[in-house]
Formats: sequence, structure tokens, C-alpha cells
Amino acid sequence: MTDNSLLKLKVIELCSFAAGPYCARLLADFGAEVIKIEQPGSGDEARRRGPFLHDDPDPETSGLYLYLNSGKLGITLDIHTADGQAIFKRLVADADVLIEDRPPDEMKKCGLDYPSLKAINPSLIMTSISPFGQDGPYSDFKSYHLNLYHSSGAGYMLPMNSTNFDREPVRGPGFAGEYDGGMSAAVATMSALFWLRRGGTGQHIDVSKQQSMMHLERSQLRRFIDTGKSPNRTGMGRLLESLVQCKDGNYVILILSSEKQWQGLFQAMGSPEWGTQKPFNTQAGRSAHYGELRERLCEWASQYTAQEVFEKVQYYKSACAPAYTAEQFFDSPQIAARKYLVEIDHPVAGNLKYPGLPYRFSDMPQQPRRPAPLLGQHNQEVFCSRLEYSKESLVKLKQAGVI
Amino acid sequence: MNQSALKGIRVVDFGHVLAGPYGSMLLAEFGAEVIKIETRKRPDEQRVQHGAGASSDYESSSNFFEINLNKLSVSLDLSTAKGSELARRLVSVSDIVLENMRPGVMDKLGLGYKDLVKVKPDIIMLSLSGYGGTGPYSRYTAYAPCFSCFGGQAHLTGYADAEPNTLTSSCDSRAGTAGAFAILMALNLREQTGKGQYIDLSSSEQLNAQVGDQMMDYSMNHRSPSRDGNHDAIMAPHNCYRCKGNDRWISIAVANDEEWEGLAKAMGSPDWTKEPVFSTAYGRWQNQTRLDQLIQEWTINFGHYALMERLQKHGVAAMPSFKAKDLFSDPHIVARGGVIEIEHPVLGTRKTIAPPWKMSETQPEITRAAPLLGEHNSYVFQDLLGLSQQELDQLIEEKIVY
Repeated sequence: MTDNSLLKLKVIELCSFAAGPYCARLLADFGAEVIKIEQPGSGDEARRRGPFLHDDPDPETSGLYLYLNSGKLGITLDIHTADGQAIFKRLVADADVLIEDRPPDEMKKCGLDYPSLKAINPSLIMTSISPFGQDGPYSDFKSYHLNLYHSSGAGYMLPMNSTNFDREPVRGPGFAGEYDGGMSAAVATMSALFWLRRGGTGQHIDVSKQQSMMHLERSQLRRFIDTGKSPNRTGMGRLLESLVQCKDGNYVILILSSEKQWQGLFQAMGSPEWGTQKPFNTQAGRSAHYGELRERLCEWASQYTAQEVFEKVQYYKSACAPAYTAEQFFDSPQIAARKYLVEIDHPVAGNLKYPGLPYRFSDMPQQPRRPAPLLGQHNQEVFCSRLEYSKESLVKLKQAGVI
Repeated sequence: MNQSALKGIRVVDFGHVLAGPYGSMLLAEFGAEVIKIETRKRPDEQRVQHGAGASSDYESSSNFFEINLNKLSVSLDLSTAKGSELARRLVSVSDIVLENMRPGVMDKLGLGYKDLVKVKPDIIMLSLSGYGGTGPYSRYTAYAPCFSCFGGQAHLTGYADAEPNTLTSSCDSRAGTAGAFAILMALNLREQTGKGQYIDLSSSEQLNAQVGDQMMDYSMNHRSPSRDGNHDAIMAPHNCYRCKGNDRWISIAVANDEEWEGLAKAMGSPDWTKEPVFSTAYGRWQNQTRLDQLIQEWTINFGHYALMERLQKHGVAAMPSFKAKDLFSDPHIVARGGVIEIEHPVLGTRKTIAPPWKMSETQPEITRAAPLLGEHNSYVFQDLLGLSQQELDQLIEEKIVY
């Protein structure tokens, strides 16, 4: 491809599971060539996580893996072997960006830390993603998504609107916090690339997933600085928004954060008399009697379907939205009109709809994405065609467990 | 030091509330000059709105402070012809425009992409909206809880036996971060092509993309996954456990037998850990309700920090469910420079969360507090746009600069 509207960038990804692979995929989405390195034999951890096609656990049909790795080339390489390290260095010598998510001391142990790689390729941007960063007292701590979410301060505030402290705080949806780390890394990487191409140099970027999530949560966390009290999961029963259940059992969120929002909602409800009387006729009164207000809103909403409430309230220009399941989201006319879902044909998983890109660029046609690679699918292309290893040596490397 | 990745890049920020301003603040953290356009006539909600009403004090909102660091501010009434013209002149000497106004408002103000590309052919413009700029809901409005609902995140958050949860305002920040990424991508593409572009970002789609793997279950198996507290599809134990203290919790996640043995050892290997039902990953997952109770009977005796240290030493992934209070003084966060102090003329010196990246050549830094409304009128209108003092005074008199 020589399409000038695509990003000219060579990326090496040494990552597993969600955060690092999401970061690299964000670049692949715009045409970057991403070579993903997986451990020979086992591959990316995501291959062992569901959902699996037809609930049949096959490392080539993990929905998590397929979604996060489409658009990439895949090779296998063990960087814990001397031969693997030598090959890795050759790959990095020719790359613009390396994204890695190994535990902080592992790259150094393998002789592949930033100073070593910088010596080979001074303009390399090396982006290291880890739960707690490359240094500091927790840098070698273990953390899965659950621990990440809670260590960032984001989990402690969920579920919002709890009535008391009896039940445990909960994590956010799916692996969303891992994606936060990946997106944060992608933002920093693109800033570094811009600086490099404007005459700067390469550099090392240390991304802490914990700090990335804290930064996202700053608008809540700052409440402690204001009052000396930590915001918690019961603190949100106030006049900002209200979740109501509709006739069809589905939920809708109504926004009550300002007089302007209330006015639209009030009209959508048919301007009921109680809304013109104390205490509901002012923002302060509604706030003070929030519980009662919520009951009235629920009573109104229970007469309509979620879709009806959504359309009624939006008609009067107030914000609101239904809480969609995956199925409802897939069936939304908005999603269809925007062609957000894309079809990708994969040699094992077949033709499936994937969540696509949330942004539309006027000067870049939406590219049909290459399916996620099979384990080691592009070994020959990368090792033989690019690095000029012979097919015979490929066999030897494979037998030695290097690839 | 003081090399900034985006030095020399100017951003005209029509963002308001949270998602837009958060996105432009990230660009400001990387050193872009971000000029926020505001007006007293319709101040940014974040300066004045509270749950119980609107404040008339524009300068003491800590929430505004948090998401407008490093920016400049001009006060300009865009609903006037002269105000709109000045905004276009500012765009003509800028690289990036970011907006999250109600859909259609920018066009009405004469500040749509088609207007701006005339004054700056290679402008990069991002419109950030709830549901995207096209499609049947393009005119619908949204705040963060709407994105998390529509995008499918709310349905996946909360207890299995309770209602969906819309998460916090961080959903705005997530949309804003995706906006910053898209802008940076367009900026890098402009280096290649010399061309700018228009970017239409749907916040709901971004939130959906961040649970894309969950959506694949529907795509592959026609099944809509649902919320399940802290639980995991295969791992157990995988929950928050109450500790000693006031609403103190530790999150513990065990993926394999090795980690399970580490946990058992950390607990002093009580007899129940040797029960055969707990000896396999699947057994632990099937019996996790009982397992959770037994673990909590142990954790309740210890403080959250002590448990973290002890369990991590045994190779178990365990982190407290940190409160804001913990994070602002946590030894690790402090050692990483994750908390900084910034001086604001009205709010005083405040602690705030630092940019989350350590970059060896272009370290992002907070160099100024959030701006006062119109604080940089003189710099922008006189130094950048070349207006005389007399012209500026006239505009102030006419309440165009207002």
C-alpha cells in the first residue's frame, strides 16, 4: 500500500491481553504496519479468554483476541532465548515504534531495555505499558483488571447511587480499564511521533495504567481536595441524573443537571402540574426532594418503552439515553446508519461483525481491516522475506523453540 | 528539559462541560497552546453549575480547574457577527479546532468545518458528540451517563441482581481522550500529506469500543453479556473483600493454582483451603460464593495496606479499593510524581493529579492553572490578531469581548 492518506509507521508489538494490543490496534486502524510478537506455542493470553465462537474454546476464535488484533501481522518469537533476542533487535532496528507490556525488569534481563535498543535505533519510540509504571514501590506488583480498576480509585465509587455501604464496591465493565491504559499509551505515542517528525529524537514512554485511570477520574477524585472527604458509591444520589425503568423492563437515564435539562424533560412528560409547584419548580427544591422526584419520574417512565422515553425527551432537546444491551446496541438504527459495525472475514472464525472505529475522518477512507493473525501466521513473510532468513533456518529456529 | 511534544501547535477550544475540555487539556499537557473560547453571556457549565443550581462566581469551581489546566482563555460572544469573525481569524492562525457544542450549533455560528476550512485550508477540526454527527440521532444530546448507557457500558456495570450503573464522569474523559488521540493522529497525517481534515467522533461509540470484546459475544453467539459485580468469567476468587477499618476493601484476583497456593499460604494455610473443591480453578469458580465468605472472614482482620503487602509478597494480585484520600498521599503515587501542587489565584494552592506519562524527552508538565474567564484577551486579540488597544476596548464596550 502506498496510499499517502494512511499513516506511515512501522510498529513492533510485544504485548498480551488487552491494554498493549488495543494501543497497537489503534495505530493499525490508520494504516500503521504492526508486527505482533507472541510467545511460541501459547501465544497471547487473550487467546485463552472468551467469548469463543460457538462457546468452543479455540485459540483462534477468542472474541477478545480477534477484536484487539485485527489489522496486524503476527509472528512467534521467544525473547528469552539468545537467538530470539538477536532477531528482536533486527526487527526493532527497522521499526519506528515498539510497544511492550512486559513486567518492568524483564526487558532489561533480556538485554532489550531502552538504552540497549536506543543504541541500535536512536529514533525509536519505545512505549512501555505496565500496571504501576516502570519504577516506584509497586512497580513489580501483580495486577489483573480487577485490581487495576480498584487501585485507580475508580472502583471505590461504583456502583454509584448505592443506598449504603453494605455491599462491596465494584469494577467497571468488561476490561475497560485495560483499554484506558492502551488509549493513554496511544495518545502519548502519537505525541512523541509528532515531535520526532518535527526534528526531535526517539524516546522512552513509561505508561502507568493506574495513573492513566486516576487521570480520567480526576473530576471525582478532586472532591477530596475540596472537602477532605473521599467521594464514595453512596455520594451520587443527588440531582444530576436519574435512571428509570420503563414499561418494557429496559432502563433509561434522564439528565437533571440544570434547569435547562429539566425544562425539556418537564415538557416531555406533558408539563404535569406537580412540576410547576413547590418543591419541584426549582433546581434547589428538586435537589432537596430528589428521592420523591425520582419516584415521580419512574412512575411516568413506566408507562412507555425505553425507546419511547428516549425519543420523547430528546424531542424536547434534553439529554437522555437507553441503557443498551449488546443486542440492542447492534440493532440501533443509529449504529446501522453510521456503519459503526464492520465485517471482517477470518480464516477460522469466519465472517463476523466487529465494533469499528468511533471516529470518521473526512480525508481517510475507512479501511477494510485485515483479520487478526493466526498464531505465527506471518513468520515466513517476516523472517524470510524481510529479515532474509532461509526457509531451512526457519525450521531450525522453530525446532529450537525460538519461533 | 522543557521540550514539549506539541510546542508551536495552537488549538482553538470550543469545548465545554467535560469531554471536550478534557481532550484539549491532554493536548495542553503535551505543550500545545490551547485557547479556550468562553463568554460571560453563557459561561461553561463547569464554571457555574452545581447539583442544586447555578453559581454567579465563575472563578472558584474546582471541577473547572481540574480539566482546564495549562489553557488560555478569551471571552468572546460567538453569537454576534463580530465575535464569530474574530473566532474565524483566530482559527486562521491555528492548527486545531475542537468542539463539543450541541449538534448544529457550530454551523449556525458560522464556525462549521466548511466555514473554517476557508480561512485555514489545512485546519484539523474535531467534533465530539454523544451519538456522532450523522444518522437519525445526530441531533440528540447527551451527557456522560448517556454515552455509557447507549454505548453498552452501563448494562455491564453493577451487581448481577441490581440495576445497570452509568459509571462516573470519567466516561466524559474517555471520550475526550479518544478525541485527543484522533487529533494527534490527524496531526501526524498532516505532516505526511499537508492536508487537514474533519473528524466526527461519537462518544457512545468510543465507550462501546472499550467493551468491544464483550460485544463479540453477541456477534459470535447471539448472547448479550450482563453485569456481574466484580466477578470474572473464569477466575475465582475475584472480588473485593472487606478489611479492617471504615469501608475498607481489598481486591483479590487469582488466575491459576500457583496464585491460589500463594493466597492459601498468605492466609496461614487454614484447613478449608485444602478442601478438594478448591484445588482446581474450575472448582474454585463453581464454589466462589463460599470461597468469598471464607476469604473475607480472614481479610476482615487486617488493614488494606497490610493485606496488599502480604499478598503481593506471596505472588497474589491484590490491591486495595483505594479512596481518593489514599491516592493523594499513597507512597507509590507520590514517588512517581503522580500528585503535584498548582497555584490558582482564587482557589489557592491545590493538589492535583499529574499527567500520567513519564516521557524521557518531552515530559508533559502542568505550567499554569486553569485560566480566569478572559484572562488572555490581550495576548490573543492584540498579540496574535493584531488588534489595537482602542479596537479591543471598543469590542469590550460592545460586549463582544465579554
